[in-house]
Amino acid sequence: MFAEYSFEEIKSILIMQSFGGLSLLCIYVLMGLGLYVVFGQMGVINMAHAEFLVIGSYTMCLASKFVVDHMPTFINHYLWIAIPLSFGVAFLVGWIVEWLLISRLYKRPLDTLLATWGLSLIMQQCFRTFIGAREMSATLPDWLMGSWAPTDTIDIPINGLVILATTIILTTGLVIFTRKTRWGLRMRSTSQNRDMSQALGINTKVTDRFTFALACGISGIGGAFLTTVASTSPTAGTAYIVDAFLVLVLGGLGSLFGLVISAGFLALLSSILEFFMTGSMAKVWLYLIIFIVLAKFTKGLFSSKVRT
Amino acid sequence: MTTNSLKQPGGGLLDRLFSGRSSILSYTVLAIILFLVLPNLLSAFRLNMAGKYLCYAFACIGLVLCWGHAGILSLGQGLFFGIGGYSMAMFLKLEASDPESTSIQSTPGIPDFMDWNQVTELPWFWYPYKSFPLTVALILTLPVIISCILCFFYFKGRVTGVVFAIITQSMVACSWYFIVGNQGYFGGINGITDLKTLNGWDIRTESAQKILYFVTCICLFGCLFLSKWVLSTRLGRVLAAQRDKEERVRFSGYNLTSFRVFIFAFAALLASIGGALFTLQVGFMSPNLIGVVPSIDLIIYTAVGGRLCTVGAVYGALLINTAKTMFSEAYPTVWVFIYGALFILIVLALPKGLAGVWTDHVRLWIRSLLKLDSPAKPKKIKSQTT
Amino acid sequence: MATTNTDYLLAIEDLTVSFDGFKAVDAVNLYVDQGELRVIIGPNGAGKTTILDLICGKTKSTEGSIKFKNQELTNMREHQIVRAGVGRKFQTPSIYENLTVLENLEISYPWGRTVFGSLKFKRDEKVQARIDKVAEQIYLTDQLDMEAEFLSHGQKQWLEIGMLLVQEPELILLDEPVAGMSFKEREATAALLKEIVKERSVIIIEHDMEFVARIANRVTVLHMGKILADGTMEEIQSNEKVKEVYLGH
Repeated sequence: MFAEYSFEEIKSILIMQSFGGLSLLCIYVLMGLGLYVVFGQMGVINMAHAEFLVIGSYTMCLASKFVVDHMPTFINHYLWIAIPLSFGVAFLVGWIVEWLLISRLYKRPLDTLLATWGLSLIMQQCFRTFIGAREMSATLPDWLMGSWAPTDTIDIPINGLVILATTIILTTGLVIFTRKTRWGLRMRSTSQNRDMSQALGINTKVTDRFTFALACGISGIGGAFLTTVASTSPTAGTAYIVDAFLVLVLGGLGSLFGLVISAGFLALLSSILEFFMTGSMAKVWLYLIIFIVLAKFTKGLFSSKVRT
Repeated sequence: MTTNSLKQPGGGLLDRLFSGRSSILSYTVLAIILFLVLPNLLSAFRLNMAGKYLCYAFACIGLVLCWGHAGILSLGQGLFFGIGGYSMAMFLKLEASDPESTSIQSTPGIPDFMDWNQVTELPWFWYPYKSFPLTVALILTLPVIISCILCFFYFKGRVTGVVFAIITQSMVACSWYFIVGNQGYFGGINGITDLKTLNGWDIRTESAQKILYFVTCICLFGCLFLSKWVLSTRLGRVLAAQRDKEERVRFSGYNLTSFRVFIFAFAALLASIGGALFTLQVGFMSPNLIGVVPSIDLIIYTAVGGRLCTVGAVYGALLINTAKTMFSEAYPTVWVFIYGALFILIVLALPKGLAGVWTDHVRLWIRSLLKLDSPAKPKKIKSQTT
Repeated sequence: MATTNTDYLLAIEDLTVSFDGFKAVDAVNLYVDQGELRVIIGPNGAGKTTILDLICGKTKSTEGSIKFKNQELTNMREHQIVRAGVGRKFQTPSIYENLTVLENLEISYPWGRTVFGSLKFKRDEKVQARIDKVAEQIYLTDQLDMEAEFLSHGQKQWLEIGMLLVQEPELILLDEPVAGMSFKEREATAALLKEIVKERSVIIIEHDMEFVARIANRVTVLHMGKILADGTMEEIQSNEKVKEVYLGH
C-alpha cells in the first residue's frame, strides 16, 4: 500500500490528512459542545442541533451576499460582524425554541429526541421555503482562501487554521465561562441539583433558556466557519448529526475532556480511513470500529466512578 | 381505587367489549377493516399501497414491544426491515437474472448491476438466495442473529435509553453506507430493481398484488397474536417492570441482559418479516427505504398509533402513510410542516397516541352512552428518564 | 484477599471501596450468623447503604472479600447473588406501581426467571399458595388485587419485604424498613421481622434507636466507613466513642 510513496511523501500525506482530520475535529467539537451542555443540564437530546449550525451558515452566506451586493469594499472585513451575527441569530432562535418547546420536555430524553426530530424537519423546510433549496456558499475574503506551505510537500489551508483557532478559543472560553462567572455557577448548580438551586433563589427557567440558547449560539458560530470549507444547503446539518452524537456517546456524555478526545479520535480515524478507501466504506469501517470500542467501554471512554 | 367491572351486574357482553380487558373488539374491527372494507373500497393500485403501509406496521408492532413496553428505543429498525427486504429482493433478483434474459450481459446469469460494475462471478453470499426455503429461513434467522450480536454487549454493559437509541441510529447509518458503498454486490444507491417473479409467479399483476395484500394481512394478524401472547406471559410483565424499576427487577434475580436481547431480537424479527413482504409488493428494494430517516418514521407511526398498543401501531402506520401520500401529492411543503409538528404534538399532548384517545376518552364516552359503570380512571404514562 | 472458609453465613473481610479516592467503606470486617438479626447504625454518610450495595452487587468493591455460605460474592453479578440467596430491599419502597399486589409478589417468585422460563411460567397452585402465605405474613391478604400504587407508604414497605420473602432468601438486607411508618405500623413491622428471622438472617440499617432496641440481637456502629463498635444494644448505648459520634463532639 505504501510502496509507491517515498518516506517524505508519506510524512507529508500523514500531516495533511491529519490536518484535514483536524478541521473535522473542530466541527465535531463545536457541535458536540452544544449537545453536551444541553444534555448535561436539561437531559435533552437535541436532534435539531445541526439545524442551528445551518442557521449560522446561512447567516454567514446572506451577510456575504449583502456585502458583495451593496458594499464590495468591505469584503475583507465583514467577517468580524458576520460571525457575531451568526451567533446572535442562532442564540435568538434557540431562545425562542427553548421557550416554546424544550422547556416542556426536561428530563424526558427519549421524548425530546422525537420532538426535536420534528423540529429539525420543520426548520429544514423553513430553510427550503424561505431561503431556497439550492446550495449556497459565502464569498470569502482572499486572505482566508490562501494556504500556508511550511515545506515543499506540505500545504495547509488557512481557513482550516482559522477554524482550529476558533474552536480552541470557544472551548476554553466555555470552560472559563462555566468555571469563573456567576452565570456559569448558576448553570452548574442547576445541572447538579435543580430543586436545590430553585430553593436557593436561582431562576432555573432563565438559566436553562440561556444555556440552551448559548449552546445554539456556539453551534451557529460553528456553522459560520463551516461555510469556509463547505457549501450550505437546507439539509447540510444532517451529515454531521449522527456523528456528533456518536462523539458525545463515545466521550462518555459527562466530560468536556472526553468530548474533545473522542472528537479527535473520530476525526483522525475517519480521515485516515478516507485516504485508503471510498467515502462510504470509510464510514462503514469508522462506525464498526466505534461500535466495537463502545461494546468494550459501554460507559464511554471517559466516565468517573461515582456512587449512585 | 379500581372497580372490578366484571363483578357488576348488567352490561354483559357490551361491558366486556368496552372494558379494556378484552381485545376482541379491537381485533375484530381491525380484521373487518383489513379483510373487508379496504379490499372493496380501494382500487387495485391503492390496495397495493395499503399493503405496502401494512408492511411498516410489522416493524411498528416490534417497536411497541421494544420501545413502548420494554422502554428500549431503537432508531435502527430500518436495518432489520432492510435485512428482510434485501433477502427477498436478492432471491427475486436471482430468479429474474436467468441466463436467457441476461444473455446480452458480458457475464450472463448474474444480476444486471453486478455486470455493470465489472463483477464477473456471483459472490458467495448470494448463493443461499438461489433457494426459496433458504431465503425464508434467512429472513427469519438473520435479523435475530444480527440483532443479538449487535445489542448483546451493550445490554450487558447496561447501555439503555438515549445512548442505545443513538447507537442504533448509527447502526442503521452504517448499513446504509455499507449498501451504498457496495454497488457491485448490493446495487448501491439504486437498490435492487426489476423484480419480476416469485417461483415463476408474476408478482406484478393486479391479482398477484391482491393475493399478496391478503398474505400480508394474515401474517400481520399472526404477528399481532404472537406479540399479544408474549406480552401476556410473565416475560411481558418483567419487561414492563424493568422499564420503570430496573434495579428492583435485577434484585428479584432476573438477568435483564437476556430479557432485553430477547425483545430486541423479537422486534428485529417482526421488522424483517415486514421488509420481506414489502419487497414482494413494491417490486424493488433500495437503501433509501431503510436509512436513518425511514427508521425514525417507523417510530412516529408507532407513537401516533400508541406506543403501548400493538393494534394502534397498525392504524398509525396506515394513517400517517395515507396522509403522507395524500398531502405530499397536493401540498408537499405543507406536509413537511404538518409532519414535523406531528412529532412535537404527539410527545407534548398525546404520549399514548390514538390508542390513548380511545381508552381515555372515546371508550369512556361510549360506556357512558351505554350506561355502563366507568372503569378505573386513566393513568398517565410515566415520563421516561435514563 | 482472605480465602479462609468460615461457619458464618456471611463473612465480610477487609472490604474497601473508594469513589475517586474517597473511601466510603474502609477495611470493614463483619460476620453474620445463621438466624441472626444484625442492625447497622451510624450517622449519615457512614457508609451503611454502601455496605448493603456491596453485598448485593450493586456497587463493586475495590478490595476485600464478601463470602456468603463460603461463596465469594464480589465477582458475581446482581442476579447471581440474588439466586445464591441474598434479598435486598431499598431505602425508598421500590415496587411495581402499575401491577397488583399479587403480580408484584408473583414476579418475585423464584422459578421461571430465564427468558424462556418466563414465557412458560404459569400461576399454578404452588405459586398461589406461596403468595397467599406471604401476603398473610405482610398483612396484605385483602389487598392482593389492588394496584400497588394505591397502597399506603407503610404497606408499600411491607410489600417490598414480601417480595423478598417470596424469593426465599437466606439473607435479607433491609434499608430503613420503618422510615415513614406510623407507630402501629412499626409495631407490626417489628413483629414481622421477628417472624422472618426464625428462618433466615437479616441485616437492617435503621436510624430509629427505639426500634433498634426492640429488634436487634446485635448492633454494629459504622462511622466514616469504619466499624466503630460492635455488640449488644446495652454495650453500644454505654460506649463512649459512640456517644461522642452521635452527640457530635
